[in-house]
Amino acid sequence: MTDQLQEILATLKKNRMRTTLTGLSVSWGIFILIVLLGAGNGLKNGVMQNFSSRAVNRISLWPGTTSMPHKGLKSERNLHFTENELDLIRNELEESRLITARINTSQTISYGNEYGSYQVRGVMPNYFDIENLIIGPGEGRFINQLDMKETNKVIVLDKKVADLLFKDDSPLGKQVKVGQLMFKVIGVNSKKEQWGGSNAYIPFSTAQAIFNPNRKFYQITFTVDGLVTKEENDRFNESLRTLMGQRLNFNPEDQQALWIYNAQSDYVETMKIFGVITFIVALIGILTLIAGIVSVSNIMLVSVKERTREIGIRKAIGATPASILKTIILESIIITTIFGYIGLMMGIGLTETVNFFMEQAANGQAVSDEPQMSIFTNPTVEVGYALFATIVLIISGVIAGYLPARKAVKVKPIEAMRQE
Amino acid sequence: MIQIRQLHKSYHTEALSLHVLKGIDLEIEAGEYVSIMGASGSGKSTLLNILGILDAYDSGEYFLNGTLIKNLSETQAALYRNEMIGFVFQSFNLINFKNALENVALPLYYKKVSRKKRNIIALEHLDRMGLKDWAHHMPNELSGGQKQRVAIARALISNPKIILADEPTGALDSTTTVEVMEVLTDLNREGITTIIVTHESSVADATHRIIHLKDGMIEYETRKDNGVHITTQPAKPQMV
Repeated sequence: MTDQLQEILATLKKNRMRTTLTGLSVSWGIFILIVLLGAGNGLKNGVMQNFSSRAVNRISLWPGTTSMPHKGLKSERNLHFTENELDLIRNELEESRLITARINTSQTISYGNEYGSYQVRGVMPNYFDIENLIIGPGEGRFINQLDMKETNKVIVLDKKVADLLFKDDSPLGKQVKVGQLMFKVIGVNSKKEQWGGSNAYIPFSTAQAIFNPNRKFYQITFTVDGLVTKEENDRFNESLRTLMGQRLNFNPEDQQALWIYNAQSDYVETMKIFGVITFIVALIGILTLIAGIVSVSNIMLVSVKERTREIGIRKAIGATPASILKTIILESIIITTIFGYIGLMMGIGLTETVNFFMEQAANGQAVSDEPQMSIFTNPTVEVGYALFATIVLIISGVIAGYLPARKAVKVKPIEAMRQE
Repeated sequence: MIQIRQLHKSYHTEALSLHVLKGIDLEIEAGEYVSIMGASGSGKSTLLNILGILDAYDSGEYFLNGTLIKNLSETQAALYRNEMIGFVFQSFNLINFKNALENVALPLYYKKVSRKKRNIIALEHLDRMGLKDWAHHMPNELSGGQKQRVAIARALISNPKIILADEPTGALDSTTTVEVMEVLTDLNREGITTIIVTHESSVADATHRIIHLKDGMIEYETRKDNGVHITTQPAKPQMV
């Protein structure tokens, strides 16, 4: 076996130009395949990251303005939620799980000489899990049921807000002034908001009592379980609209009266699109690879024709058809794998380089208050692909070499040696 | 060593079919020194190719060392060629990207002899041909006579029973012709059956038996007796 490899390598080395030209097409094919897969992965990772920052099975509701008269009530009524609607969703919709109401107020938060204007959100304890907030060890806790029950004046700050107000001090347990009242900082959220700026979070009950005397609020967010397909989500949205229509007295057909954002159906749709993108990327990559294989096969065919005489001589002095077949196919495998790996390395090199610079750019951006939103994240291919690629390359080599090898086997020694 | 009975061979092309060998009967003993002569188109190269198992025949029988050579698979044919026969060609047929040593060693590669061992054996054979110093030269750096001696070394390396030479001096000048013929004659003296196809009388005269082919049949044979070739066996009555 080693002897055979040496024999083949000697032949390849003696025909360096031809070998290189043959191999480059494979390098190129693999390179394109890796770069495309990397780009596809990057796009997918980027969008997936934007999704996974929140629970994907999340539904948000906003009351709107009715656009149709309903049961004797005129249109153009402004609707709002009350705590009854929360109970309704919790009790009547069996798919609902975690639920939070939300009140947004804009307040000035100050500590010592530092202050800033931030959105202060009155939320329920479930908000933490619905929005996948992050409170690291030693960074306190989120709002809990006790805070809700006792309308505690406690506040959780986004990391950026905490950094701005407290600099290097620990904010935990300190009192900050929100509007005209003092709140105790109980936790710091280190998850970056991807859309919009930084926030602070206070118990919903506290927010209702202090900032919302009329008790009307305009956003409910809850998670659902067991809704997988787009159809199921659409049906759920319809029943939700009907239910809320009965409660808030609007026509279930009235699209303006209630705004529903179902992240799950967006997710399902996006995944469908990614299925298509992945398929197209793979298809283009595979076609490029096939082009590579065809070109190796083609050049090997020319090479066999060029070497008819040599093959004839080898046969005359005792080369069996099997050994000729094996030599040509092995030659093809060696060309495709060596050059394939070169392409693989270049492809991985490029994707890793792009990734490196993108991470640099992302880190540089982190301190600014810009929204953290990226389409591309980690545009690389996994190492597992290398193993897969090896198998693909060997199979490609066999396919590319088979036809030329068959032709080589058919060489008649006498005729081959006669030609000059 | 070689028995041939009523050997027929035709070549078929789209336009015409050519009856090249029209019933050859031939017996060659082990250790004989034979040449085959004839005008071009007489079928001498075809006969040599069949003897060398490079070509198949249509009808008749060919026994090589007691084995019937007929309808062999390519693998078997390759095996017999490797074991029994050494070829020497007019155009040398060395592989031009391998040096002299590698060319000589190649048959042993197909016999699965290790690289180290076959290079040692190949060097011995080159030494015997007086080409030890040229072992690492490429074929295009060698003269015609040197190339042919490399080819003979390659033919000898697998210890064949028979050397088949197709116009071995066809591409050489008269001096190197003599050189190469001396080498072949020496080999025959060592007991290797040697068969040379040639159209040069000087070459044929050096052998002990000359078979004259004409139109695909044996016209007559001569055998050397005291250095002179005497017609021993007229061919069967010529039928036209």
